[in-house]
Amino acid sequence: MDPYALKKLNQCRRERRAALLVTNLDDGRDRVVVEGDPVAGPLGEAVEKAFRSGKSATMEVDGRTFFLNVHLPPPRLVMVGAVHISQALAPMARMAGFDVHIIDPRTAFASPERFSGVRLDAEWPEEALARSPLDAYCALAALTHDPKIDDPALKAALDAGCFYVGALGSRKTHARRVERLTAAGVPSSAIERIHAPIGLAIGAASPPEIAVAVLAEIIEALRSRGLEARKGEAA
Amino acid sequence: MLDQTQSGEPLDPLMAAEDWMKEGRDVAIATVVETWGSAPRPVGSHLIIDGEGHFEGSVSGGCVEGAVVAEAADVLSDGKPRMLEFGVADETAWQVGLSCGGRIKVYVERLG
Repeated sequence: MDPYALKKLNQCRRERRAALLVTNLDDGRDRVVVEGDPVAGPLGEAVEKAFRSGKSATMEVDGRTFFLNVHLPPPRLVMVGAVHISQALAPMARMAGFDVHIIDPRTAFASPERFSGVRLDAEWPEEALARSPLDAYCALAALTHDPKIDDPALKAALDAGCFYVGALGSRKTHARRVERLTAAGVPSSAIERIHAPIGLAIGAASPPEIAVAVLAEIIEALRSRGLEARKGEAA
Repeated sequence: MLDQTQSGEPLDPLMAAEDWMKEGRDVAIATVVETWGSAPRPVGSHLIIDGEGHFEGSVSGGCVEGAVVAEAADVLSDGKPRMLEFGVADETAWQVGLSCGGRIKVYVERLG
């Protein structure tokens, strides 16, 4: 492996950027492709497919054998609101392989006793997200019911291209949210990306049930990121 | 407490390989490039080995690491990558098998 390729790959991984190491198994040469880099021809198609599926594989392209090792950033779930639903959602999300980050400026809610072993910031979303920015491999769930806290976080999530953006609240609450975001200059195409009411429609009633519905919706978004070809695959 | 590489991440073979390289150690990288049946570690998994036979990471549940480490010494000395195959019924090339019944292909190369 080229030491330069290793350094570049590790740098991408530290910065939570999707990258892929292409190794020509016939001659041992390798190079790093960062998501979005143009790669021409059939190899380019294979690279694009590998980024979408997240699956590393050996493949024949133009009579040569390549190994594509995909490194996608681990998905992170950012919850705005250290509420009852978050208490159930945090451990479930961790089990499903997500890094979990909870933000709530209300210190009575954001207490370590209620959220042991989880990254918890008792501050405003703008402050917490400035230190730990959102990206395309983050899901954001706005759960406070308080526009002062939820709205800036939703806006940040839409700007960052988070793969999932969800907001708790009834249709009526969401209609008012849409009005506020529109007034704040958020384009309707972005607002339409917000999942609201939040969670898959499974008739969830209790906070842990709502957590299941939310997590299921997030996993669906993660596994279907812009990929038509995966629709036929079993879950 | 989790073991950490110098770069601060929890033990991660590729991060550790970079640290080892900076320390001036010879490093071989082994990668699972294909699997058949029930393989213990997924495609893309890494084992890294230095010139003294120290290693980090895994390419199987521990069944073939010894053979990969031995082969890495040759890769480090001549710089030529090697493709190794391990499997239950594969007695021709390797005596080391995978108890789980799977087969794996491991690519071993020198860093630099």
